[in-house]
Amino acid sequence: MNEPYTTHECDVLVVGAGGAGMRAAVAAAEAGCSTLVVSKSLLGKAHTVMAEGGVSAALGNLDGEDDWETHFADTMLGGQLVNNWRMVDLYARDVIDRVYELERWGGIFDRTDDGRIMQRPFGAHSWKRLCYVGDRTGLELIRTCQDKLVHTPGVDVHMEYTLTRLLKDGDRVCGAIGYRRNDGRFVAIKAGAVVLATGGWGRMFRHTSNSWEGTGDGAALAYNAGADLLDMEFMQFHPTGMMWPPGVRGLLVTEAVRGEGGILKNSDGRRFMLDYDAKKMELSSRDVVARSIYKEVKAGRGSPHGGAFLDIASVHDAVYIKSKLPSMYEQFHALAAVDITQEPMEVGPTIHYTMGGVRVEAETAATTVPGLYAAGEVAGGLHGANRLGGNSLGDILVFGRCAGIAAAEFAKSNGVRRNVSETEIAEEQRSMLAYLDDDGVKPVENPYLVHVDLQKAMQDDAGIGRSEESLTRALNAIGELRLRAARARVGGGRVLNPGWHTCRDLENMFVISEAIVRSALSRRESRGSQWRFDFENKDETLGQVNFAVRRDGEGMKVVGVPLELMPPEAVKRLAKSRFYDAATMPSYYRDAAPATSEAGA
Amino acid sequence: MTEMENPTATSTSDDLDPAQGLTGETLTLHVFKGEPGETGTEQAYEVPGVTGMVVLDAIHYIQRNLDTDLACRWNCKAAKCGSCSAEINGKPALLCKTRVDELPAGPITVRPLKAFPLVKDLVTDVSRNFEVNKEIPPFTPAKDDGKPWRVAQRDISRLREHRMCIECFLCQDVCHVLRDHDHSKRFYGPRFMVRVASLEMHPKDTLDRIDLTRKAGGMGYCNITKCCTEVCPEHIHITDNAIIPLKERYADRHWDPLRWVGRKLKGDGSKQAEGSK
Ligand code: SF4
Ligand code: SF4
Ligand code: FES
Repeated sequence: MNEPYTTHECDVLVVGAGGAGMRAAVAAAEAGCSTLVVSKSLLGKAHTVMAEGGVSAALGNLDGEDDWETHFADTMLGGQLVNNWRMVDLYARDVIDRVYELERWGGIFDRTDDGRIMQRPFGAHSWKRLCYVGDRTGLELIRTCQDKLVHTPGVDVHMEYTLTRLLKDGDRVCGAIGYRRNDGRFVAIKAGAVVLATGGWGRMFRHTSNSWEGTGDGAALAYNAGADLLDMEFMQFHPTGMMWPPGVRGLLVTEAVRGEGGILKNSDGRRFMLDYDAKKMELSSRDVVARSIYKEVKAGRGSPHGGAFLDIASVHDAVYIKSKLPSMYEQFHALAAVDITQEPMEVGPTIHYTMGGVRVEAETAATTVPGLYAAGEVAGGLHGANRLGGNSLGDILVFGRCAGIAAAEFAKSNGVRRNVSETEIAEEQRSMLAYLDDDGVKPVENPYLVHVDLQKAMQDDAGIGRSEESLTRALNAIGELRLRAARARVGGGRVLNPGWHTCRDLENMFVISEAIVRSALSRRESRGSQWRFDFENKDETLGQVNFAVRRDGEGMKVVGVPLELMPPEAVKRLAKSRFYDAATMPSYYRDAAPATSEAGA
Repeated sequence: MTEMENPTATSTSDDLDPAQGLTGETLTLHVFKGEPGETGTEQAYEVPGVTGMVVLDAIHYIQRNLDTDLACRWNCKAAKCGSCSAEINGKPALLCKTRVDELPAGPITVRPLKAFPLVKDLVTDVSRNFEVNKEIPPFTPAKDDGKPWRVAQRDISRLREHRMCIECFLCQDVCHVLRDHDHSKRFYGPRFMVRVASLEMHPKDTLDRIDLTRKAGGMGYCNITKCCTEVCPEHIHITDNAIIPLKERYADRHWDPLRWVGRKLKGDGSKQAEGSK
């Protein structure tokens, strides 16, 4: 017997209202589709607001040498050559238009003296490439997209909805079901196509710069519907999260601090990046900087709370710092009682971004399930084994748009299916409501505490450094925690009950955690963000493989998907990067690879 | 909520972060609990103090250990998203930006925003704000050749202040027009005066929203008490840099039509000059 539920119908359903979701919705609506956006939070609160550094696009406004090919090269090299090269190609070309488009939607950027968009240097980008406004570019982007969205005819927005299952008709996705957070009522949405734009997943780790929303809902929805999840082992540790006080541990300190000249020091006062990457120093790629800090701490040269010192005070004067990094100034001032214009900040690695995600086709953002699309952080492939700063704000605009266009096309040619399965809806309702039942299950578990233990297991055993042994431990822990979570019960009713919501979120977090651990086990090498203590080097064979996680009945299997290798003309482009080094090219690219960097250093 | 390990919880975690910084003090919070139609009560909770903790940390502790269904909105826990607005000791503030050690000793009272209808506990229905935003005509540039724009940094610097708004709606909550009187449907409120100002001062925008802001927007209801400016966590000078310039433009137009026409004729740049303070 079904509980009553509300039904909505639309051509394109967009799940998530960060930059990718909003850009997708605008594209779908402009293509003539009735478009429904559902978001877990209020509009404009999505994690996009946290992005501080900027959008990377090779406008060449400051460094005339820059072009999209160099951006392509930097992104591929940063991703350790396991990116989906076609996504990178499309990205580097298209993001330029997306930046100018954003400006025409009313978004503002800081300017050069002659009035063009200003660009700042950033880690592992060959040239000054990040377009920005102070250190609040994410906020600017989300507000601009939000205003565009609400004024685009054909778009409806439902805030504070959580979707828990995709509905299928045969092979094809035909809608979704979920609940309204604010009153606990169930909803069913019939849609011609679905775009997932739910962002990443950091909440299964203890030290994260992610909000509560980052529970991996989108990837779990896709996985349960039969889609592949790719590159799940690649989780980015941002090298500079706040360390102190405890309540803000993990909170992001923008890379723009280093972009503006900030220096990392250990407790001996040494600028230790000299010892790890003397070429790029503090602006080395994120995985390298994060590991360097980790190693300094392990060697006993850490800061009082287990990190390193980041010093901008001795590099610039107070006026400059406050104008270039106003939010950082405010953040440290308000939350840590530290004046960054006078003293160094204490920073350390924090889980920040998920390179992996739903496997998509480059040009259309189509997943392996018909009618289902994915864009932004929830999708995998663009960033390979490590993402460069500034490439995520661009990612959401470029691929959000691609997904919206492709989903609209699919919806138009295939129509909306009228029938949704009452059995599936009843099943979903039953499993949700069980958490509120006083059914005598013993011992009852507190979902928050199960979550804490999951975070501990993942942080300790599937975190910045991993081994077969630690990953196996994590896998066992996930299994045990799953059993405990099945006994999670909470009091209260269905109206905005965060304990109840946490019970359901845990199910997603288990799927994602298991996918991360199984993929990390399969990648028996160190590459980019994946650091295996037991396999310290790169393995050329694995450089030609992406691991995909797939649902197999009730179990999960990992399959190696051969990487589509770059054609020779793309390999040649790599030499445009200042960070190109012919000696590190894998043998399968060596024939096409130029002997030296064209850019010089 | 990741960071507030709790030593007394029945968690199996054994490696409590040694840097967790328990202060040894116990805090008392009086938190509003209730749903519409009920009377609602202030519930007392005791929470262990931690160095540098903000009120949101205490709420998370309560959710995790004492009352799993206590409702509160939050996202970033970094004062950047504007989700966690509430009234702390009677004053509108962000839960994630209010440090416990900066509040006076004694119990901390936490209640939902008063100007908006209650949903549950600390959560209110702020949908009216989203409706207002829809009523304001969006950014509309002139049709041109599509080449990248040239804009002066000076214009951007001025806009940056308005664009910092995180839509926490604390200013909407504190404004007496929206709060005490039943004028909430007749006045857009300070947040949207900021929004209009940011559009009006954008050098590439071509629309004119001044009359609309006065009529539908109810700008005249604002009597410049500056309460909104005082609570803004982004330190936006809402009154001085948004409301007063808009009021002046309106006054100019209706009391000094010649000056207004003169400004209009100067084209794009005049929009900037008018708004600058
Ligand atoms: S200055 Fe105007 S808008 Fe601000 S609180 Fe006072 S009356 Fe409201
Ligand atoms: S103007 Fe200030 S107080 Fe008002 S909503 Fe924006 S950030 Fe909040
Ligand atoms: S949680 Fe984002 S402002 Fe407080």
